[in-house]
Amino acid sequence: MNYGVKIECWGPYACFTRPEMKAERVSYDVMTPSAARGLVEAIYWHPGLRYVIDEIDVLNPIKFTNIRRNELMHKLSASSVKANAKKGKPIMIVTRQDIMQRASTVLKDVRYCITLHFEMTDKAAAGDNPGKFREMLTRRARKGQCYHQPYFGTREFPACFRLVEDEEVLIPYPYTQSLGYMLYDMDYSNPEQITPMFFKAELKDGILDLRNCEVHQ
Amino acid sequence: MSEAIQNRYDFVVLYDVENGNPNGDPDAGNMPRVDPETGLGLVTDVCIKRKIRNYVEDAKADEKGYKIYIKESVPLESSDKTALEYLNVNDIKDIKKKDPDADKKIKDFMCQNFYDVRTFGAVMTTFVKGALNCGQVRGPVQLGFSRSIDPITPQEITITRVAITTEKDAANKKTEMGRKYIVPYGLYRMEGYVSANLAQKSTGFSEDDLKLLWEALVNMFENDHSAARGNMAVRKLYVFKHDSVLGNTQSYKLFNRVQVEKKDAQKVARSFEDYAVTVDTANWPTGVHCTEMVEQEKVEE
Repeated sequence: MNYGVKIECWGPYACFTRPEMKAERVSYDVMTPSAARGLVEAIYWHPGLRYVIDEIDVLNPIKFTNIRRNELMHKLSASSVKANAKKGKPIMIVTRQDIMQRASTVLKDVRYCITLHFEMTDKAAAGDNPGKFREMLTRRARKGQCYHQPYFGTREFPACFRLVEDEEVLIPYPYTQSLGYMLYDMDYSNPEQITPMFFKAELKDGILDLRNCEVHQ
Repeated sequence: MSEAIQNRYDFVVLYDVENGNPNGDPDAGNMPRVDPETGLGLVTDVCIKRKIRNYVEDAKADEKGYKIYIKESVPLESSDKTALEYLNVNDIKDIKKKDPDADKKIKDFMCQNFYDVRTFGAVMTTFVKGALNCGQVRGPVQLGFSRSIDPITPQEITITRVAITTEKDAANKKTEMGRKYIVPYGLYRMEGYVSANLAQKSTGFSEDDLKLLWEALVNMFENDHSAARGNMAVRKLYVFKHDSVLGNTQSYKLFNRVQVEKKDAQKVARSFEDYAVTVDTANWPTGVHCTEMVEQEKVEE
């Protein structure tokens, strides 16, 4: 595992929505591995690699706050676009009729350190290797480059990020507690049926170790 | 359609409110949103997006390619000929089963015709089980929450009205009491990002669209006056243009260069003149250009 990379990320808000409370969103206490992977993929990603999150360190105290917003009730549906287009009706959603107030319980002032490594996939080209991918990710993270701005759970909570150099040490906030079952990631192996995977999250001295965790479907 | 943008951008908007409520909190009886720990005022990202949509709708008046998908109220019936023309090519019944690219076509159609879908993205579903799904369109423009520079002190103003709504009430009283909340003064700061990658690979957000975005941001409160808002105005819009698609430096480092401070720390701020805005240009990163869009000046090459 010489191809490990550490990324520090922080921001004023975060919302890692619990799947069981997603209508009125409630965030997990800590970033999920899936959100961490998404964050790093916003910096650099290639079909030839797969990120494996090894560790998420919690650097700031866990704090929650509440935000209620006017949100839309419906998603944009392709069938209604087609139907309206055929009838010659305007295509739009009228917010006066289609609005709903939803509260979100979100995290405040978050700061994490993500430790990850690479695994190659069969889509990798012959010349690809983890060392090359590591170089590309670290170069981008060091320069602040990204594919799109990473975010904490939802796009209105942008994440700042930087590369943690090998010799640097970051001290986690010393929480030790069980976080219960948390979303690990989605299983995309069958695109027809994407299923969530869960794991039992134990925070030890502010470190969420994912190296040998048991994942349940 | 002109070509998608070739540069990454980060931007900082400073706007203020005078005797108005910039964004009510439905949890607190429509009081201005406040961060309970710091007392700083908040304005959500979606509030600002609404204003951008409204501006584009007014400015472009349903011009081809600049329609707005998520509208506030019912406009005049305007039949959507472009959509018809587009979809007449494929019969609706066939499209579902025979055209494997149907979802991509609909996505592209939405992006080409709707400025808000192209800019902010949209979640598109077909409600069809299995693989037919337009998916989540991520737009290039991402906005964060706005926060005020200093803690705000919302004030409750009680008002009276001489017209009584119901006849029953009219028998008992001559006036009705109402209340409104105002922020006497607040200077807010919002940060945002434009990803060239998402513009190029996903929605086709172009240079013209970008120009319109800056125009909309500068003028977002000009057509949004109402009894609740008071005086709101955009004071500064700093746009950081990166030379490359991926960007040339960290956004937060650029944002940190825009410093806003009260000129006199002891005095309560009641106007924009009470604040000093400076851009730290020392050791400017190469490949980043900063322009102030409200007064149209170059800050740093």
